Amino acid sequence: MESIQEIEKTVRSFLEENMIFYERENSLDNDDNIFELGFVDSMFALSLVTFIENNFEIKVESEDLQISNFSSINNITNFIQNKRQSRVIE
Amino acid sequence: MEEGMKEIKCIVWDLDNTIWEGTLAEADDVKLKPGIIKVIEELDRRGILHSISSKNNYDLAMKKLNEFDIGKYFLYPEVHWNAKSLAIQKIIENLNINVDTILFIDDQEFEREEVKSVHPTISCLDSKYYQTLLTHPRLNPKFITEDSYKRRIRYLEDMKRKKEEATYEGPKEEFLAALKMKFTISEAKEQDLRRLEELTYRTNQLNSTGNIYSYEDLKEYMESDSHQLIVCELSDKYGSYGKIGLALLKKTSEYWEIMQLLMSCRVMSRGVGTVLLTYIIQQAKKSNVLLRAKFRPTDRNRIMYITYGFSNFKETKVNSDGTVVLSNDLSVINSYPSYIDVQEVINKESKHLFI
Repeated sequence: MESIQEIEKTVRSFLEENMIFYERENSLDNDDNIFELGFVDSMFALSLVTFIENNFEIKVESEDLQISNFSSINNITNFIQNKRQSRVIE
Repeated sequence: MEEGMKEIKCIVWDLDNTIWEGTLAEADDVKLKPGIIKVIEELDRRGILHSISSKNNYDLAMKKLNEFDIGKYFLYPEVHWNAKSLAIQKIIENLNINVDTILFIDDQEFEREEVKSVHPTISCLDSKYYQTLLTHPRLNPKFITEDSYKRRIRYLEDMKRKKEEATYEGPKEEFLAALKMKFTISEAKEQDLRRLEELTYRTNQLNSTGNIYSYEDLKEYMESDSHQLIVCELSDKYGSYGKIGLALLKKTSEYWEIMQLLMSCRVMSRGVGTVLLTYIIQQAKKSNVLLRAKFRPTDRNRIMYITYGFSNFKETKVNSDGTVVLSNDLSVINSYPSYIDVQEVINKESKHLFI
């Protein structure tokens, strides 16, 4: 399984490639709120969720679909970590 | 609607001995079949699209169609020597429609069989019957609205957009900004209702319940004091996409409920999917009411659930009929994207006394 750093790196490159930024020059910090920074529209939201599911082999359930799980690189990384750990316990 | 009885959205025509008499590669002086222009023009008026699958030289065939002044009617023509099943595949991808809504017309049984073997749900017709097309029930759509007969124009504008997007190399934000999109939110008027009825039939993905509303249902809601029917329109530098979304709200003095929210798939890639929802959230906050939404999961509308989730709606109740209630505590208010000019044309003195 990837380390936290590897997950973080994969998530960052996905966001940088696919998000529409208001201000492109600013690089993305791990705690930047992507909902405030860039416009998270329906297409992007769907592709982000699908990307996380396919790439990290987890299932994003209805109760997981909350801004707090997806609002920054750190939050997304933690979310993926938690999902994977809970899967191991099962 | 029964399988195989769906309305035809696009006719794919062969050329030699179908649109015209004779074989273009053998003789340049081919003649149009009698009355064929009338058939094509009338179907176009009804909002049915036309395309071509012909084994011919592309330039010569297009030149001939333009000589007859009918080239403009055909979207994404496939003129080459590859299999016609492949041509059909490309046309459905370009138009983003289902193959069971295509009618393929060719004089040769071999071609019809080849196409049918790859696309079993397509409809095929021997071209000798072209005079019967106008009376065929599947070519007489339930809805003929202002939007239907502009459909070809919309697709032509879309072809230009796709071409420009494909050749554009800068960042996506700048491309979207260069489109100069204008998103207009207004109260539904009676002349919008046919189109809105059509939208509830045709929209599958950004659709919160999958419920179908008739003209009469919509008219009742439009006139009701405790409901609001909101419609939105999108335009850009290439032209208008027409009315592309709606929201139906139930309003009381304590809460608003979004009974239905939908946005046409045609505009999904334009980044406008959340604008109408953001508008409603902003208004609910201003009016100091609780906001909730009804949602019914279907096999196609997960994108709508995610849209609600990312707009800070949380599931608070599951009903016995399979619908769920989503609630928003209005603690997070998103703003509109910078590259879309949002115009709110809602009459403040409207009948909604609760506001």
